[in-house]
Amino acid sequence: MDQNDINRLRGKTAVVGLAESGCGLASGWSAMEIMASAVHDALDDAGIKLKEVDGVFAATAFHSMAAMSLSEYLGVKPKFADGSQIGGSSFLSHILTAAMALDAGLINVAVVAYGSNQKSAGGFKTISEAMPYEAQYQPRMPVTAYALSAKRYMNEFGATREDLANVAVSARDWALLNPRAYTHQDGPLTINDVLSARPIVDPLGKLDCCLVTDGGAAIVMTRSDRAKDTKNTPIYLLGAAMEHHHRMISEMPDLVQTSAIESGKRAFSMSGYKPNDMSTIQLYDAFTINTLLFLEDLGFCKKGEARELVKNNNIGPAGNLKVNTNGGGLSCVHPGMYGLFVTLEALRQLRNASGDDVGQRLNGGWIDNAKLSVAHGNGGVLSSQVTNIWGVSDTL
Amino acid sequence: MAENLAGTVGPEQQFKNFLSEGKFMIQRCKSLNKFFFHPRVAFPGSGERDLEWVEASGNGEVYSSSCNRRLPEKGGDFNLSLITLEEGPRMMARVEGIDPDKVEIGQKVKARISSLNGEPAVIFDIV
Repeated sequence: MDQNDINRLRGKTAVVGLAESGCGLASGWSAMEIMASAVHDALDDAGIKLKEVDGVFAATAFHSMAAMSLSEYLGVKPKFADGSQIGGSSFLSHILTAAMALDAGLINVAVVAYGSNQKSAGGFKTISEAMPYEAQYQPRMPVTAYALSAKRYMNEFGATREDLANVAVSARDWALLNPRAYTHQDGPLTINDVLSARPIVDPLGKLDCCLVTDGGAAIVMTRSDRAKDTKNTPIYLLGAAMEHHHRMISEMPDLVQTSAIESGKRAFSMSGYKPNDMSTIQLYDAFTINTLLFLEDLGFCKKGEARELVKNNNIGPAGNLKVNTNGGGLSCVHPGMYGLFVTLEALRQLRNASGDDVGQRLNGGWIDNAKLSVAHGNGGVLSSQVTNIWGVSDTL
Repeated sequence: MAENLAGTVGPEQQFKNFLSEGKFMIQRCKSLNKFFFHPRVAFPGSGERDLEWVEASGNGEVYSSSCNRRLPEKGGDFNLSLITLEEGPRMMARVEGIDPDKVEIGQKVKARISSLNGEPAVIFDIV
């Protein structure tokens, strides 16, 4: 299939409902219950009945066949389902697959969903197998992998731990404006807080690493002709692309360049917009290094220059780039696979700017006149990269 | 050509068997004259299957490094690095004989076969 064929999907589908559930702590709730609750809430938000759902897309760290388990739990008999597991970015690739299935007429209403109770169930949860040729050295995955990238990045570009810390400080500043954020009440972070936090895998300390929370999320997608008649502002999928170059960190071709270079280029090309056209930028920030890498790889600055871009809280609420406006995986929520939350924030900002009630933020937490958002997902150890571009109807 | 694998072992097991014999072996594609790691049934990306095992020189350079913090009662901090071998491929390993947080990118290292949790393992020392 050449690029023109996939570009045919531009604007053909839209998200018409979204929800999160159980974010933070949800003791006494299973991952499935959290996920299914999000699906029902997202359908309520859309004003679409469960019996209309004929496409189910899901991945979790608790279910080997998540789409099938979720369909059964919901009592849905999907005409098409996909439980592809490429880590935390899975949902952004499900969105692309759902768009293809909707456009092909295989299905009419898709739900994309995720759920996790990792925090209340004891901590970080993965169903990843041990990596051959790595496992015997006992890396603390995934932290070790990101630390190896961060160390290399610092070495190649003269970046410092302070540069990384800027990312965590800005993320927290956004969280302070978002009552949904897990750290909303925790007060601001200083550079020194980040530098002096307990070391986990040098050069990354505890505050360079994402939160460990519970939480689930879901979105509802339909074809654009149907979306126009739903009760909320539809947000259109303008671009989507994925790529991955490795599974194990020891196989990553270059520790400071991710395949987001490729996914971003194709997603932006499909959308017809450029990085600087984006009103909001939602990046999968499982670790502080991610934000630097993705700002560069998606084209917001040249390689090695993101450390300048994030200085002086330039990606915080008062800055020029509206990055991870919910507080990110670092300060809002991270139940183990963060991709659908990147998506939710990209969508919520656009819906709020269009007049929908998607919750309260403190002053400056919502981006005025937001028209376009990029949502970028990462999976594995800087492995799978998936970029989605979302826009309101004016941008079609 | 691989329909019947009975009586043979795959490249992963062959690699481990070599380690047990005290040899750090890596694969080379003969037609491309290129080394690669980790061991596979064919050259990654283009699929050539004319492979041979060659003993690695053991010379390498630190590509990146990390200090994994661990409680003293669980064994204490340890180093985990990515090493670029002189032959070209890269691998994960530990660098020992130096404080785990003192391993720096670009340092020259030399492989030896040691053991981790009772299994033979390639470990590197600073040259």
